[in-house]
Amino acid sequence: MSFKLDHQMFLVLNVVIGGLVVASFIGFVLSRRVKSDDGRGTIDNLNARIRAWWIMIGIFAISFMIGPAGSMLLFAFVSLLALREYVSLISTTRADHRTLFWSFFVFTPLQYWFWYEGWYGLAIILIPVYAFLFVPIRLALAGETTGFLDRAARIQWGLMVCVYCISYAPALLTLNIYGYQRQDAKLLLFLVIVVQLSDVFQYIWGKMLGKRKIAPAISPNKTWEGFIGGVATAVALGTALWWMTPFPPLVALGMSLALALMGFAGGLTMSAIKRDRGVKDFGSTIEGHGGILDRMDSICFSAPLFFHLMRWFFVTHTSWFR
Amino acid sequence: MSAVSASIIAACARGLAGPSVRWVNCRPSSRQRVYFANHTSHLDFVVLWSVLPRRLREKTRPVAAKDYWNSGIRKRIAVNAFHAVLVERGSKIAEGDRMAAARHTLDMLLEAMGEKNSLIVFPEGTRGNGLQVGPFKSGIYYLWSKRPDVQFVPVYLSNLNRILPKGEFLPVPVISRVTFGGPLRPDANETKDSFLAKAHEAVCALRDA
Repeated sequence: MSFKLDHQMFLVLNVVIGGLVVASFIGFVLSRRVKSDDGRGTIDNLNARIRAWWIMIGIFAISFMIGPAGSMLLFAFVSLLALREYVSLISTTRADHRTLFWSFFVFTPLQYWFWYEGWYGLAIILIPVYAFLFVPIRLALAGETTGFLDRAARIQWGLMVCVYCISYAPALLTLNIYGYQRQDAKLLLFLVIVVQLSDVFQYIWGKMLGKRKIAPAISPNKTWEGFIGGVATAVALGTALWWMTPFPPLVALGMSLALALMGFAGGLTMSAIKRDRGVKDFGSTIEGHGGILDRMDSICFSAPLFFHLMRWFFVTHTSWFR
Repeated sequence: MSAVSASIIAACARGLAGPSVRWVNCRPSSRQRVYFANHTSHLDFVVLWSVLPRRLREKTRPVAAKDYWNSGIRKRIAVNAFHAVLVERGSKIAEGDRMAAARHTLDMLLEAMGEKNSLIVFPEGTRGNGLQVGPFKSGIYYLWSKRPDVQFVPVYLSNLNRILPKGEFLPVPVISRVTFGGPLRPDANETKDSFLAKAHEAVCALRDA
């Protein structure tokens, strides 16, 4: 697993940074013009989000420059932070302690190590099979039966979403696509850009036009206008990036649509957990955005699908497109 | 040297415990204070110390149990790095010697405070399970009766019992929360029981604040 940084990648990164410059400028102008208190809160949050984007993209770009190991380490760290936010939010008991220790410090590093070594077979079953079995075994050994199935399921769920699913994003670097060797990093970039743009534009369209709520009980901010506008914008921009991917424009459109829809589903599902626990955000790590998991929820759900679509159509069944 | 190692340990504790800090009706201040908190984990004093502004840290000394912290690596951490005041716990002393021991402890605390230091104390005297705050020992009352000029600041530590609970030696990185409350306002004629009740209530009130 290795990749080279080609001019396409630099071009895209430059465009992203250019977009942020524009966003920062708009945020600045809006902050000068807004008068009402309500509007003030929205614009302050917008500017906090834009500032946080600078930092997030900075960290992402640096890990990218380091190479595959940098990206693996970055996402492993993101998984740890996401799992930490998840565990902090759900209730765990004293008897879960050692199982949690294993989840954080054994399963999470192992998952990323397997991907780094390119051990696909192990990486895709470690958590769904072996952690799935290990968690209840370790809980049984702890000897506490109260809420047993509940406690086991919570930990299994956290490992699946925060570690297993997120790990599919850097796993894109292990794909060995014919005619696209050493360029896999651009797939990771494509995934992150499409999914995050979908989130950003759902937020923007929702703020501008949002009226009809999709699921008021789960998320008051998710509206049909935001959803359709955000997904459509992300799909349009994703399709426009077809030249950096191994697929033709029409497939880029389909992939972008799949990513944006799964990303939306991720945001909705994770919101349901937050509502159940009575909080608005998973944490406060990223100013304006909430926690790491609030930013990663859409990646959690879209990364596995993207990986398997890529692997199926561009690695094992290449004839479909040739 | 000790200041550096204390800062390093504090940074590790902050990384592990990811504490969010809230000051409710209270601001960081360089005046002399006694921070008193609920106690659920060995990490408690390190985390509480680490979330104080840097300029306050060097003048804030934790009070820790001598029977646990007085040997080996623990002593190096508590005494050398954090300048902890190690005190005997009442429960570890024979019945007849308790009065004398308590006086000695009080003198040690007063001396440790001097004219400019603050203290971190855990009036429960032992680690709880994180669900309820146990009854307070009377030491904090005697400390107040000698030094009523000092601010007694209640602190509630959430989730530290989930990071390193009693009886475990490997930590799990759960996000914790440190809540500082407004200083106690005891009446001049406060009795031991009424003072301890007020102090206890002040800590519990921060749990849901």
